[in-house]
Amino acid sequence: MIPVWLRPFPWLVVAASLLYAFVPYFADDVQLRESLLLAAVYIVLASNLNLMIGFAGYVNFGNIVFFGLGGYTCLYLVNDLHWPVMAAALVGGIAVSAIALLFGLGILRLRGAFFALATIGVNQAIQQLVINFEPWGGATGIYLSLDSYAPLGGPAQALWTAYLLVVLMAAFSLLGSFAIRNSKFGLGLLAIGQNEDAAAVLGVPTPLYKAMIYSASAFLPAVTGGLYFFKSGIIEPTSAFNLQTSIEAIVMVMLGGSGTIIGPALGAFLYEELRGFLLTAQTFSNFQLVIAGMLLLLIVLFVPDGFLGWVHRRWPRTRRWLE
Amino acid sequence: MIGIFASVIDGILIGSVYGLAAMGLTLIWGVMKVINLAHGAIVVLGMFLLYIASLMIGLPAYATIPVTIVFGFVFGVMLYWIAVHRMIGRAELMSLLATFSINMVLIGLGTAWWTTSPYNVLVAMPGVTWQGYTFTGTHIMAAVLAMVIAGLLYLLLYRTRQGKAIRAVANNREAAELSGIPTTQVLSFAFGLGVALACVSGTLIATLFPFTVLSGEAYQLKSFVVTVLGGLGNPAGALMGGIALGLIEGLATPFMPVSWIPIVEFGLFVFCLIAFPRGIFAFSKA
Repeated sequence: MIPVWLRPFPWLVVAASLLYAFVPYFADDVQLRESLLLAAVYIVLASNLNLMIGFAGYVNFGNIVFFGLGGYTCLYLVNDLHWPVMAAALVGGIAVSAIALLFGLGILRLRGAFFALATIGVNQAIQQLVINFEPWGGATGIYLSLDSYAPLGGPAQALWTAYLLVVLMAAFSLLGSFAIRNSKFGLGLLAIGQNEDAAAVLGVPTPLYKAMIYSASAFLPAVTGGLYFFKSGIIEPTSAFNLQTSIEAIVMVMLGGSGTIIGPALGAFLYEELRGFLLTAQTFSNFQLVIAGMLLLLIVLFVPDGFLGWVHRRWPRTRRWLE
Repeated sequence: MIGIFASVIDGILIGSVYGLAAMGLTLIWGVMKVINLAHGAIVVLGMFLLYIASLMIGLPAYATIPVTIVFGFVFGVMLYWIAVHRMIGRAELMSLLATFSINMVLIGLGTAWWTTSPYNVLVAMPGVTWQGYTFTGTHIMAAVLAMVIAGLLYLLLYRTRQGKAIRAVANNREAAELSGIPTTQVLSFAFGLGVALACVSGTLIATLFPFTVLSGEAYQLKSFVVTVLGGLGNPAGALMGGIALGLIEGLATPFMPVSWIPIVEFGLFVFCLIAFPRGIFAFSKA
């Protein structure tokens, strides 16, 4: 049995991430960078959501709440308290994870559809709370002052740094998923996903594991939220806690194949590129939502295990290196 | 004092419409364990049916209601066969996603046709004035119609053969199938019924407030709150949950800024889900 980190998959991820990070850098193509940055953000969201949906079998409709809260914490720390952005994003991630752990212990007592509804409720409640929270700018949000970019060598340089950091987070998401999947913790989660009662009987500490994965799936999205909104320079409640984005992340997970590791990332990338294409093509720009909806319906009806699931069924040997 | 009393009454009036919307959601959940995430879009469909019928065809507003019910039912049965049928008995994620995809398609089409600008259908209805407070005629009419429709649903569920079949399938589908009930047909009927209720509540809401293609989300979330208050799968509870929500909104308005009301609603929602997952009116299990 070779050690987990010597398997081909993690090295594949490292190589792909390096490529992903440096292609726009050396091509010096800002437009390409923006499109890839958005895709990387979605990769983070989708692969962390996959920890809940694909591993533990819990549908989290409100996963975007972590992203938004992380963004708010980071921007508040950077703008009002003049923290460096990396520290602020990291602290945002830790704080949001801690909150998620507390919430998780409460709402993870619910199962299936009830849990899914509760996550929608949590997202909406927090959105409304932020709208009324004056230190965070209420409904207008926080506008980052231009000085905040100075420590990173001015806005233009700061945007590149933000891009590289977001890609790093995407790589961490994949490696983290891989590490969890190949641990005892991960096996426990998969058991919960298949049959929670049976898992509990077999000695999996289900409430603890569920709260832990809920909290873990909050960390990287929160850090990325910080970086993303730092890059944008503005955060406001409707875009930070957009339920639509949250559900699009579920579409990405399903598109790529839930429960696999690279699948959700592929799904996120494909979905983002598809949407970019639909938005720019004249005929489709109005029907982008319609097409995304039909795509989702077709996946759910006919290929419920997603793209990677289909590849695995078609070519079983790919299972060994494409996880 | 009278002011609070008036806002309580208005809360009850509006709440009964919320209740009607939630009945559609809860009926579908109760019978087939599917949470219909296209609910909001269907409520919006009902709103635009009123717009089409009264402004473009010229029907009187309240004459649209039977049309909406029939249209909603047919549309619902269609949706059942397209998206829901294959999801019955599979993981909840699948049915949530299937109905959500319908939601995306409907909202997408709606936005393409009507954009997201607000629409308004003015309905002339004399109000009732009492002690200097006027209760709007449309609010009273909407509440009365909501009650009537809820009553008809009750008769359908408890006084007809089809209703008995629906309750049997909700109770235990396999046993119902074994007793010779065509359960698939009953499921599609129940789904159609749920969609018709959502649709007609949309029509009623459109007689009260202006609406946009995207209003559905707010009413869908309200319906979730209501169903959770009333207990998922319990139509009678949904009506009471709706009235309770209307009361909360009515009572809270004089005491706090309007923007705080959603926080109270969603806080209550999450709290009720955790503390009373079977609803706070669980005593009257339908």
